[in-house]
Amino acid sequence: MSKVDASETRPQPSSLVADVDRLVVVPRRNYGIWIGTALTLVLSFFILRAFAVNPAFGWETAAGYLFHPSIMRGLLNTLILTVVIMALAIIIGTVVAVMRVSPSPVLRGFAGAYVWFFRGVPALIQLIFWFNLALLVREFSLTLPFVGEVFSIRTNDFMTPFFSAVVALSLCEAGYMAEIIRAGIKSVPSGQSEAASALGMPYRNILKRIVLPQAMRFVVPPTGNEAINLLKMTSLVTFIAVDDLFYSAQSIYARTFETIPLLIVVAFWYLAVVSIMSVGQHFLERHFGRSETRTDSWALRVVRNAIGSRAKEFSA
Amino acid sequence: MSNTPSENRVRFGVPENSMVFARGVRKSYGQLEVLKGVDIDVPTGSVACIIGPSGSGKSTFLRCINHLEKLTGGILLVDGAFVGYDLRDDRLYEVKDDELCQRRAEIGMLFQSFNLFSHMTVMENLIEAPIHVRRMPAEQAKAEALELLARVGLSEKVDRYPRELSGGQQQRVAIARAMAMKPKVLLFDEPTSALDPELVGEVLQVMRDLAEAGMTMVVVTHEIGFAREIGDQLIFMDGGVIVEQGDPREMIANPQSPRTREFLSKVL
Ligand SMILES: Nc1ncnc2c1ncn2[C@@H]1O[C@H](COP(=O)(O)OP(=O)(O)OP(=O)(O)O)[C@@H](O)[C@H]1O
Ligand SMILES: [Mg+2]
Repeated sequence: MSKVDASETRPQPSSLVADVDRLVVVPRRNYGIWIGTALTLVLSFFILRAFAVNPAFGWETAAGYLFHPSIMRGLLNTLILTVVIMALAIIIGTVVAVMRVSPSPVLRGFAGAYVWFFRGVPALIQLIFWFNLALLVREFSLTLPFVGEVFSIRTNDFMTPFFSAVVALSLCEAGYMAEIIRAGIKSVPSGQSEAASALGMPYRNILKRIVLPQAMRFVVPPTGNEAINLLKMTSLVTFIAVDDLFYSAQSIYARTFETIPLLIVVAFWYLAVVSIMSVGQHFLERHFGRSETRTDSWALRVVRNAIGSRAKEFSA
Repeated sequence: MSNTPSENRVRFGVPENSMVFARGVRKSYGQLEVLKGVDIDVPTGSVACIIGPSGSGKSTFLRCINHLEKLTGGILLVDGAFVGYDLRDDRLYEVKDDELCQRRAEIGMLFQSFNLFSHMTVMENLIEAPIHVRRMPAEQAKAEALELLARVGLSEKVDRYPRELSGGQQQRVAIARAMAMKPKVLLFDEPTSALDPELVGEVLQVMRDLAEAGMTMVVVTHEIGFAREIGDQLIFMDGGVIVEQGDPREMIANPQSPRTREFLSKVL
């Protein structure tokens, strides 16, 4: 670095500061970064040009299909599937996670087996399995002694493609959610539940009011990732003919052979939804990290009280 | 019904004004016996201080008092009654969870690491258990919480989160939180050990005020000065047994056992 010549008369502190301020800092040159930057720019240029000039991409065709009614319907179905499956997966996953940390070895074992199975078998295979449930079980019926048959329903009547997609993917996704929520529960220091026990709070209250809310902070970021993964995973339902976004595109290009443009349309919509989800995730993280970071404006607290369960009792 | 204080008093010879009464209390974790027969009497309104080296079983004993740990032997009565059991026909029946919780709510406990609920403000910390365990109306719980906060000198911190408070302030809030349940007895497990030296005083002052107000307290502590000033009895534990107990001032000035003498020489 720069060298100050302090050999002769020792300068007064104030003049020393002025002197130091005059020194010019010469930044270190990092040629590696320059070369890397140049290469990246060149590469980007060729990639963009390839996209732009190759007519097979068919940008105009793609633009024309962007808001095509069947694409819109497919997109809507994809969104519905994602929301419904994620909601169910969070509920089932929470139950399984709570079982996994329960004092009962039977509950722990059952929950462990659940995660092992539903995380271990590929989602596509589970999907096709549920779709074909009728091969295994012809009908569901409930027969009570003395009462007789209460109801009976043929498996094929309710295992529609959409319903089997929801069942299969929620059970599968719940396996992942269970692990995430369990990790969140484990991350809450044991002193928290100990203090709650000492105050006389029952186990279910400790979970609901002390442990799970604190686990949320650790659960939200990976859950956001899971939701994004799930959005894309729902494209598997194409295999059992649920008309999601991908299936709608497929059925168009099966007729018109405009394969690439329609794949572009599909990619565009997935990217758009994922971008919106990322923004949502950011706000969720900020909300659940509040006692940690505390930007805690008045507005934030009003929102929290409105959402929180104690909105009625407590309005500080 | 049994397990009433009066019946137990006759049967186990519990003194009339006893708040904590332990006879032959044993506790093992697997092979490891942590408490090897502990006898303690804490009269109502008095302060018992427990000292002893690390691992001697002090925390374990406190956790036995409010039944966070089950005894493996002996009996332990709080205000003349078992905490975790009902005594009927010479058998100790474990009580249901909800009943255990109600009984535990009468025994306050303070921890070395404060353990305030970190996702709740000070006010929320204070009203949580009164509302959800005692079923107190929210308005009343809040009014009482404000009173308690004033008592520990932290009125202006109502809406703060625990992280925004110093250690000493957190421990004072924790004391207020315990007091919000109107406990019969307070158990302190090294309440000042995690504090910077200049913050110890403010917490001890709150404890001193409680003692003067007649609160029954069992205090595990290394603050010998506090024990000498406030304690009605001093108990020295080592290796899961009580080595020596008596009047704090006499015991500190003139310990009988060589182990007590050695320990006191280290902490004084
Ligand atoms: N849950 C547990 N399982 C197994 N062993 C335990 C458990 N809790 C405590 N112990 C053991 O019991 C012994 C006494 O522990 P305890 O915490 O009561 O000591 P202490 O006197 O409070 O010590 P300190 O001053 O360090 O807090 C220790 O040897 C400890 O390892
Ligand atoms: Mg201890």
